[in-house]
Amino acid sequence: MGRFLEHYNYLITIFLMMAGLFIVIARGNMVKKLIGLGIFQTSVYLVYLEPAKILGGTAPIIDPAFTVYSNPLPHVLILTAIVVGVATLALGLALVVRINEAYGTIEEDEIVGKDPDQ
Amino acid sequence: MIEPLAHLPVLLVITPLLAALLAGFMRRGGTAFGLSLAVSWASPVMAITLLARVLASGPVSYHIGGWEPPWGIEYRVDALNGFVLVLVSVIGAVIMPFAWRSVARELEPDRQAWFYCMYLLCLTGLMGITVTGDAFNAFVFMEISSLSTYVLIALGRDRRALVAAFQYLIMGTIGATFYVIGIGLLYLATGTLNMMDLAERLGGAAAEQPRTIVTGLAFLVVGVSLKLALFPLSAWLPGAYAFAPSLVTIFLAATATKVAIYLLIRFLFSIVGPAVGFAASPVAEMIIGLSLIAIFVASLIAMFRLDLKRMLAYSSLAQIGYITMGIGIANQPSLTGGIVHVVNHAITKAGLFMAVGCIVFRTGTVSLTELAGIGRRMPLTMAAFTITGLGLIGAPGTVGFISKWYLIMGALQDGAPWLAFVIASSSLLTVTYIGHVLEVAWFRPTAPALAGVSDPPLSMLLPLLVLAAATIWFGIDTSWTAGIASRIAEGLLDGVAR
Repeated sequence: MGRFLEHYNYLITIFLMMAGLFIVIARGNMVKKLIGLGIFQTSVYLVYLEPAKILGGTAPIIDPAFTVYSNPLPHVLILTAIVVGVATLALGLALVVRINEAYGTIEEDEIVGKDPDQ
Repeated sequence: MIEPLAHLPVLLVITPLLAALLAGFMRRGGTAFGLSLAVSWASPVMAITLLARVLASGPVSYHIGGWEPPWGIEYRVDALNGFVLVLVSVIGAVIMPFAWRSVARELEPDRQAWFYCMYLLCLTGLMGITVTGDAFNAFVFMEISSLSTYVLIALGRDRRALVAAFQYLIMGTIGATFYVIGIGLLYLATGTLNMMDLAERLGGAAAEQPRTIVTGLAFLVVGVSLKLALFPLSAWLPGAYAFAPSLVTIFLAATATKVAIYLLIRFLFSIVGPAVGFAASPVAEMIIGLSLIAIFVASLIAMFRLDLKRMLAYSSLAQIGYITMGIGIANQPSLTGGIVHVVNHAITKAGLFMAVGCIVFRTGTVSLTELAGIGRRMPLTMAAFTITGLGLIGAPGTVGFISKWYLIMGALQDGAPWLAFVIASSSLLTVTYIGHVLEVAWFRPTAPALAGVSDPPLSMLLPLLVLAAATIWFGIDTSWTAGIASRIAEGLLDGVAR
């Protein structure tokens, strides 16, 4: 149990991941779906960032005063992933605006009701 | 001294990327089309030159920014992805002339330049996924192609295109995120993102922390399977194909899922294969099982669709099933069959969707009930549909026969004659739905509404006839398709641990 709690940060990550995925699947409101998708994506950033941070580690600049460095690569990767996430969210919201204009609703079941042949 | 040939791998990606930027600045659809055409015709020249070099003298490695791999990003082209690069760029080149009138008809004038901008971005992404030797870089390109694809689908005229694009956005993002989780876990265990390096280190990591590796691979396979629309992760595909503009449907059906299939082959055989032994894992059985379900369920659904685009979309799911089955059986003939079917399905399905695009151009409908006797009004279009349709069924003398031949050989060699029987008999389902279209088109009295309809202009007809000719050509002379595919399969299986 102690070992389990030692990794509490991973437990939080997994909780966020599952919560995000659950919202995407369970909610019919398209904006809520995008919120869930955002939470899901963000939790994945944590998967990369948590192991990359070493307690007491510094930025990888070689200096005789420091011996422990954090790996910078995951941070850079996630910076890219954040940009991708922002683009996805922006595009998703833009689509929701257009769907609202076209259908007058952003609830999935109401849209299916208006266009049964999806 | 700059040597342009040495920079081919990166030029394949940079050219459409820069052109996309330029197209974004253009006001008129016509100029943007000219630019797209130039890029689409330059790409296959570069890709074929590259593949010829690879086949003659082994894999080409390109270091982005001069950073040595595995620290820097490496573009690495071997026979497998060189082959896929040629496929994507040649399909792009063949279908581009079709875009001219089709896009002008289906899109509003102020959106046409943006359309080409997005199309070129999508091409950039697909080329990038294929050419890169870096697992995370592949994710970035995957998102470039996906985001532009969502926009392209949403440009469809019907309002349902918006909903289809949104659904694809949700599922596509989940798939890509699963891929990132998988890559992340592999990175944690091995400390590298370079595919070649990953392949070397995975064995040691798998011995130390097998659970991390297996979990990572599970995420990875599921994520990529969502992108390649392996049943049942394919709910996004029929809507996306049915409501997107014609050119987009042709392009996606022929290239986008194929590139995802390439990524699956790359991971299962080049990266996981040598270390863990893919044939020994349950992944192979799962893929075969899902492929079988895909073939039968999707073909059955296709039989009951009267909307041509939707029928062909479900048919795509079934055909992807054949490809993944070849991957799952994982022996020399079956893998050859899978790889060659990537090409063959790209040719036939591009041809079929293009014929439907021509019908939409002339009649404005895709509903089979309104198209009785269309064969007499648009004889060349429907002749091409018939030939590519026969290719889809797998009639002897067409490309489909070649792929199914190899798949059946593979199943027999695997000691599963029932699988060979299933592959052969499933063609009957394809006969049913393609046959239904042919019967309506050729043997019913012509509907009065189709009175003034005729074959489309040459710029649309010619690409279609080229695809129909390719269906027959590569069904007879297989040295370029099955010949190379067989070499690739041999190379892939050589490295795989048994």
